[in-house]
Amino acid sequence: MATEFHNLQELRHSASLATKVFIQRDYSDGTICKFLTKFPAELDSRIERSLFEETVKTLNCYYAEAEKIGSQSYLEGCLACATAYIIFLCMETRYEKILKKISMYIQEQNEKIYAPRGLLLTDPIERGMRVIEISIFEDSGSTSSSSTGSSPSSATAQ
Amino acid sequence: MIIRKPTRKWEKLPGKNTFCCDGRVMMARQKGVFYLTLFLIVGTCSLFFAFECPYLAVHLSPAIPVFAVLLFIFVMAMLLRTSFSDPGVLPRALPEEANFIEMEIEAANGNVLAGQRPPPRIKNVQINNQIVKLKYCYTCKIFRPPRASHCSICDNCVDRFDHHCPWVGNCVGKRNYRYFYLFTLSLSLLTIYIFAFNIVHVVLREYRSKKMFHVDSLTPHCTVLEVLVCFFTIWSVVGLTGFHTYLISLNQTTNEDIKGSWSGKNRVQNPYSHKNIIKNCCEVLCSPTFPSVLDRRGVMLEDSSSPTHSDASAASTHKSSNPVSQTTKSSAPLIPNEHTPDEAKPGIGAGTQKSTSSPKGEKPPSPTSPNAVAPAVIKESTH
Repeated sequence: MATEFHNLQELRHSASLATKVFIQRDYSDGTICKFLTKFPAELDSRIERSLFEETVKTLNCYYAEAEKIGSQSYLEGCLACATAYIIFLCMETRYEKILKKISMYIQEQNEKIYAPRGLLLTDPIERGMRVIEISIFEDSGSTSSSSTGSSPSSATAQ
Repeated sequence: MIIRKPTRKWEKLPGKNTFCCDGRVMMARQKGVFYLTLFLIVGTCSLFFAFECPYLAVHLSPAIPVFAVLLFIFVMAMLLRTSFSDPGVLPRALPEEANFIEMEIEAANGNVLAGQRPPPRIKNVQINNQIVKLKYCYTCKIFRPPRASHCSICDNCVDRFDHHCPWVGNCVGKRNYRYFYLFTLSLSLLTIYIFAFNIVHVVLREYRSKKMFHVDSLTPHCTVLEVLVCFFTIWSVVGLTGFHTYLISLNQTTNEDIKGSWSGKNRVQNPYSHKNIIKNCCEVLCSPTFPSVLDRRGVMLEDSSSPTHSDASAASTHKSSNPVSQTTKSSAPLIPNEHTPDEAKPGIGAGTQKSTSSPKGEKPPSPTSPNAVAPAVIKESTH
């Protein structure tokens, strides 16, 4: 894990941002937060389609769970209303808890899957829940790997 | 060494909002009518508590003023919650996203001959088997999500935009609609309550004493004043509550109702309605509380060597305490519009900033290469 950290740092210093791809929202089910699973052409050579779709589908599931209107949301709503919503000053809402989970998931995906391929996912909340931004890095270190030397993963990032 | 207060993101947000309490409170610029609302509610209730309640508590029941106090507290809480919270503002697109959308639009439109007007920027999406048109916002450089609209007073796109209410001094949108509704509902109840007990008070005094207000001469003037205020308030607020109850039962917004988006034979039927009043009410009032996507209180890492300011318009949740990122230079927007000033404060933000555990005194390295090095989301995970 320390080596992984070191390698990601190397990647960051040696790689330069080539382009960004934006995965748009899927409004077919209404205004709930859901992203299109259509595989962008720019990622064709960088990552397997199944991995990408898995990531987006999992994110969609998380958001669906957060926005689900069920007994838990009723209870939370009623309790909050009874306290004139003052309780939200001390309590974290269910949505916020799930957003934290999403943030952890994206970090994990970046470390395990995307960074080794020279990609970086950005949490949709940082883009107003409009898009999933995927940064594509061109690894300039791979051509001069002899000069950087100690980072085998940066060479395999392509 | 001067220790500078860290710049918070709210200080650099575009739009015409005012912020208070270091970014915790977000309102529109014109607040005069809001102060009037506060004055009317607090003033009338104070008069009621001062002049009517002692008499009613003694001669009828102490529960009357107690209930009035609870109702008053609820009304104030809902008013302040509506006025001070983020209505669901959508942050403006960062330059890369704006460019990406531009490229998509150009690809969709094909070649436009010189002299010809470019086609309007509309995206069609299908929602519940109905075609809904998404319009492009030239100010925010985004295709507005369904039901979002741009408020010209606040200069922001707001999700599920209902209307801009000068009485609460803020827009009413997705995040604060239920508070607005509960405010109008509870205010209606409070007004009717005060009105009713004023009448009761007058009747009781007449009945018991057979002399009109011999105790003090101030009370009748206050009662008359309260009755007048309540009378006019009832007509407007109860009417408004009724109107919004109607909208909620149909799952419509005021904006859609005014524009007639879903009315008429040849128009699309409301694709968001569940065709069931209970379900519609549940969705509007009992759905989970949506968090704000504007990180107002996040700390911006200022790069003093960089000539341009970075306007971070979107952000991470302020509870995350993760890694450092660098400022990136902001590029000029592709389509200059009347809102774009000449100097370095564009409407589009340029960098994402994440707060670190020690933001003060930390200077990120200045970007020397034209290609911005994106932040690496790294956390040493323990296996």
